[in-house]
Parts: sequence; C-alpha cells; structure tokens
Amino acid sequence: MSLLSRTNRVTLVASTVGLALAVAACGSTEPKPSAGGDGGASAECAAFSKYGKHEGKTVSIYSPIRDTEADLFEQAWKPFAKCTGMKITYEGTGEFEAQIQVRADGGNPPDIAFFPQPGLLERFAKAGKLKPASAEVKRLTDEGWSPDWAKYATVGGTFYGAPLGASVKSFVWYSPKMFKEKGWTVPTTWDELMTLSNTIAGTGIKPWCAGIESGDATGWPATDWIEDVLLREIGPEGYDDWVSHKLAFNDPKVVAAVDKVGAILKNDKFVNGGYGPVKSIASTAFQEGGVPITQGKCALHRQASFYANFWPEGTKVAEDGDVFAFYLPGNDPAKKPVLGAGEFVAAFTDRPEVQTVQAYLASAEFPAARMKLATYVTARKGVDPALAQNPIDKLSMQMLQDPDTVFRFDGSDLMPAAVGAGTFWKGMTDWINGKDTKTVLDYIDASWPKS
Amino acid sequence: MDFDFAAEQPKLIQLLIGVAAFLAVVAVVLLLVDRVPMRRRAWPHATILLLPALVLLGIGLVVPAVRTTLLSFMSGDGQQWVGLDNYAWMFTQPEALTVLRNTLIWVLLVPLLVTSVGLVYAVLVDRTRFESIAKSLVFLPMAISFVGAGIIWRFVYAYRAEDQDQIGLLNQIVVSMGGEPQQWLQEPPLNTLFLIVVMIWIQAGFATVVLSAAIKGIPAEIIEAARLDGAGPLQMFFRVTLPSIRSAVIVVMVTQSIGTLKLFDIVRTMTGGQFDTSVIANEMYNQAFRYGETGKGAALAVFLFALVTPIVIYQIRQRREVR
Repeated sequence: MSLLSRTNRVTLVASTVGLALAVAACGSTEPKPSAGGDGGASAECAAFSKYGKHEGKTVSIYSPIRDTEADLFEQAWKPFAKCTGMKITYEGTGEFEAQIQVRADGGNPPDIAFFPQPGLLERFAKAGKLKPASAEVKRLTDEGWSPDWAKYATVGGTFYGAPLGASVKSFVWYSPKMFKEKGWTVPTTWDELMTLSNTIAGTGIKPWCAGIESGDATGWPATDWIEDVLLREIGPEGYDDWVSHKLAFNDPKVVAAVDKVGAILKNDKFVNGGYGPVKSIASTAFQEGGVPITQGKCALHRQASFYANFWPEGTKVAEDGDVFAFYLPGNDPAKKPVLGAGEFVAAFTDRPEVQTVQAYLASAEFPAARMKLATYVTARKGVDPALAQNPIDKLSMQMLQDPDTVFRFDGSDLMPAAVGAGTFWKGMTDWINGKDTKTVLDYIDASWPKS
Repeated sequence: MDFDFAAEQPKLIQLLIGVAAFLAVVAVVLLLVDRVPMRRRAWPHATILLLPALVLLGIGLVVPAVRTTLLSFMSGDGQQWVGLDNYAWMFTQPEALTVLRNTLIWVLLVPLLVTSVGLVYAVLVDRTRFESIAKSLVFLPMAISFVGAGIIWRFVYAYRAEDQDQIGLLNQIVVSMGGEPQQWLQEPPLNTLFLIVVMIWIQAGFATVVLSAAIKGIPAEIIEAARLDGAGPLQMFFRVTLPSIRSAVIVVMVTQSIGTLKLFDIVRTMTGGQFDTSVIANEMYNQAFRYGETGKGAALAVFLFALVTPIVIYQIRQRREVR
C-alpha cells in the first residue's frame, strides 16, 4: 500500500525538479550593470575625482534621521554618488536605537550608521561590530574638528568615525516682536531670566512653554534642560564627572540643579503656555512645544538650534523677525559654556567604497553642499558660516567653530543607554508628572550599569 | 523612495530558492514515507513526518529558549556571569516591581472582565431578533490590530487645555458635563485601567462569539426541564447555563490570560510604558533592545515564560478531561 499513486509520485518529482531548474535559471541571470555611471563626467565631477570610481557598488546607510531631512541628505550626496558611480541607499528610522541592535545581531548590519549617541557607538565598538575609521577619515577629522569632537567617537584608543551634523542646545527661543511691544529685554544672567519670567507671569501670560513627548524617546528635552543648567552650575569638569558617573546622579549638587530647572518647569505660574498645567509638558510633542510663542500664548522656549525647523510655515527666524533665540544664561555672564549634540558616521564594513563615503561625509564639501539646500549646522572647521540658511544656524556655527567656546556634548547621549536613553528620560518624565527630585534622581542613580 | 524592481531581484531569487527548497524537503519526506511499508503501528511514518517539524522547533524554539535562559544569568553585554543579579533586580527594584504589579493587574482583570462582558452580552443577545447584528458589532474590533486600537484610543483619551477645543472623546464628554479635562493616561495607577479598557474592547467580541456558540450547544431538554422546575432567569444562568458551558468559559479565560501576559502593543503604542504603565513584555523589549541590558531583558523573558507555562499545561489537561 502506498500513500501516493504512481502518477502522483512522478508529478511530485517532476514539479520539484522543474522548480529547482527554474530557480537555478533565475539565479544565473547576472544583475545588469546600471547604465549612466559617469553621466556628467564634466566639470561637475572634477571635484569628486579624488574619490575614484566605484562603478556598480552600493553603500547602505542606516540612520535615525527621517523625512525632509533625510531627503535633503540624499539630495546633498547625489552628485558625489553619481560621479563616483556608486549607489547610496539610505534608510531612516524612528526606532534607531533598538533596530540597529537587532540588525547587527541578526547579521544584517548596514554599511554605515549615523549614531546620534556616542554611548551607543561605544557599545557597538566594544562588541567588536564596528570597523575602525580609515586613515583618511582620521586625517579629515583631525583637520576639521576640535579634539573634543574626535574624542566622542574614540573607544579604547581606536577612532571609529567623523562627526556629521551638529546642533547647539543652549538656546532660548523667543519672539523679538513680543519683547519689543512689551518692553522686555533679553536676559544675560539666570537671575535676570527668573525676574523676566516673573514679570511676564505678572502680565497674565505663561512665560514658558515646553513639550517633552517624543514617542519612545519621551523625556529627552527635559534631560537637555538639566544638562544645560548643570553645565553652568558645576562647570565643565564637574559635568564630565557627572557624565562618567564619578559624580553620583543623586549628588546634592545635581539635586540643586534639577530643582533650579524645576523652579521653571514645575511652576504652574510659569508653564505651560497654551497647553495646560505642568503635567501637559509630558504629553505635548516636543515639535509643538514652542509653537504657542507665535500665538502670543507664551514667551520663552528652551530648545536646540534645530527647532528652527519646527516653526509654523511662514515664521520668520531673525533678530527682528517672528522668532529668534538667545543664549540660555548662567550665573556669570562672562562664562558661556555650550551644550550641543551631533551624529557620528561609523561603519560596520570596511569595503573601499564604504570608506570613500565616510571620507566624503567627513570632508568640508559635504556639509557645504548640505547647507546650501536648507537649514543645517555642522561643527566642522572650514565650512563657511555664511552658507547658513538662517541667523540661528549661523550663530550656532560661529559658536561651535570658535576655539574659545567651552563645548560639552549632550550628557544623556554619552551615558550608557540604560541611563541615557532609558532611566534618565523616563525619570524626567516622571518628574514632570509629579514625582519629586530626590526620588527620581535616586532611581536614575540606582539604574547605572554596574559592569 | 522609489522602488526599483530590478534591484530587488536578489531577494526575489532568494525567496524562490526558499520556496523550492521547502517543496524539495516536503517531496523527499513524502517519498521516504512512501517507501516505508505501511503496518498497523506506523512509527517509522510518524518519525519521518515529524522529524522536519522537530528540527525546526529545535532551531526556532528550543535553542533560543536555552540561550535566553543562559543570557538571563549574564551581564548586560553578555560577557560575564552575574548569577541571580538580574532576577534580584526584577524582584527588588521599585521600577521593576511596578512592571510586575502592572502585569498582575492586567492578568487578573482582563480575562475576568473579557469573559464576563462576553458572557453577559452573549446571554443578553441570545435568540433575540438582532442577534447576528449585535454579535458582528461587538466582534468588529477584533479585526483591528492592537496597534491600530491603541492609536484610536489614544485619541479617545487625548487631552487639551480647558480653554481649547477638546479632540478627545472622553474629555469632550467630561467637559460637556461641566468637568475639567483630565490627563487620563498620566495618572498611575488609574492609567493602567484605561489601557485595560482597550484590551477588553478588542477581545470581548471573541469571548461573545465562543460563549454564544457554547450556549447554543446546551441541550434543549435541559433548559426545558429547568423551566418546568420553575427556575427563574438568574437561577437559570447560574445553575444551568454557566455549568453547561464551563469548558468554553475556561478556554476563553486561558487564551485571554496568555494573550494578556504577552501584551506589548497597547502599552507601547499608547504610553510607551511611561507613567508607570509598563508591563513585562514592554520592559523586556526596552531592556534587551533599547538599553542593551540583555541580561535583564532575558530574565524578564524567562519569567514571562515561567508564568505562561502553567496556564498552557492546565489548558492541555483540561482538553484531555473534556475528551
């Protein structure tokens, strides 16, 4: 007795063999080389001749930058890709922190990733997943960035990738028109800032607006607040100690700095312009946080230079325009430390074309090409601030390029992810939602990884 | 982004190879089975037919389970042994305890409420004229994914300041009754209950359909006999209906318990685990993938597995008894 009849058996064998043959036939068709590699082999391409030819090669980039900004990136490196003959595939994701791990573990990492967090980069470097940067990238980095910046992408003495974009976080956005009408002046010390806040509150307007909702990353704008104030309160060295956990997270100095921020963010008289009570900060998207300024519902909004992208269409960003920003003052007007952030271009593979892309992104040409398209900031020397699309970008570039500026990278991005992208964000959200400072800081300190 | 069909060719070829390989394996298995002479006890047949499935189960289930268990005794980067540290963290740290507490609330409330709502609904609409419409209505949310439902309900709970137009249904109702708009999802521990409502909304239809079918299966003689003995509606429900459909109720409870223990999507979409609403599965994802604390994530996964296992065993036993 047989399960299959004779005809069945023959059919089975025949169809399997047939399909296997069909697959083999498909497999043998070589992908056709894409035509038009050196389409514009004219003057346009002369600038890229030093990068050589990489005909038919593909480099994949994975990054947390999406939407418009992603399109602008692709537009900016298009001539480079065209002239070198390579294809750059770009993928932006809102879940970068988790997905890059999944892809690397799954054996399917991209060629290049833009890491916005040096702490995350360090984790991958330590796990041996990243390839050290080429000598050329190293040279370009030494030439273009201050040693500080190079340090952020250096793990155990090995350098992994050049910085890309940058942002300055120490800004307070305001409406110059509104200030002029009401006769307010831009404060230069913390005390003046608090006096101004009180004055504004007296007129019935909530002085500050804020929003820290950011999906998975909810809480980060509040951590920026803390970092910015902490940098002013305990100085750059103290700040470094705090970032490396030499200074405990619940140290009285940190508690004091957080409470100083709390005097603004957790004060129902001061927040939250247009959105409701203090708790509404936790449910307001950071992109919408400052928008009430344009409606006259609040006057001040502490947010990074890139907030220029989030103003409603038609808002003029200028010193005499609808919105502008001033430096978040500290206690001493003579000291102006700058808090900022940026991305780093690290690679999971070291094929020649991948290194070429890294080198191009590290050159002064790429940021210049990108800045010509729309608002963008880089900390690279040799890029003309005059290319900046708005005065805030220009100001940011000048601050970043100034050798006298004391610059510190966003602390939460430097910390281990469990804290910097976990308990710190979460803790600050709980803090806004009503928990007291000490409880929250104890919780964050306890979560610091032991190894 | 433009989709270049030609560029995707390697993937398509891989897909074809995969399909072909699968068919080839099936063909080989069937041919092998065919060769073996069929006897009364056909264990060679069973072995050959089960072998591929067992191999796949081994690769896809047993190996990862063992690996996860090992990882749960290791440090975050999976480099050193840390003993029971991860488990100690899970049962001592306040934030981890909150996660366990929330999961407990979910597991206690959801199966109970889903079953009760489903049962009451099924009894109420039983043999009425509009029964099929009523059942389809309550079954509709089942067609929506958890993420979709989460987004819908986020809008229901949305908050706007008092002087603005409310865009959230719930707050609009509160405001029109003269109340103040509330931040529903930001007040622990109530916010967990607001999330649970979403789960019930999705799952009640499933319970209704299963239980309703069971109610229809109660022999008419029993109902008639009870009526003749003068049973009132309540007595009828508790003494006749409920005992008769006991096994269906257990099936619903068990599937809901397992589903609730694994719950991830609703919490992640609606609060991201913020405001003390995180549950085990969500925290596991956060620890393992976002924070790089693989050890803690693995410990949570192992614990989750330990919680699900007894329910699964109970379910299997129950099935045997019914037979």
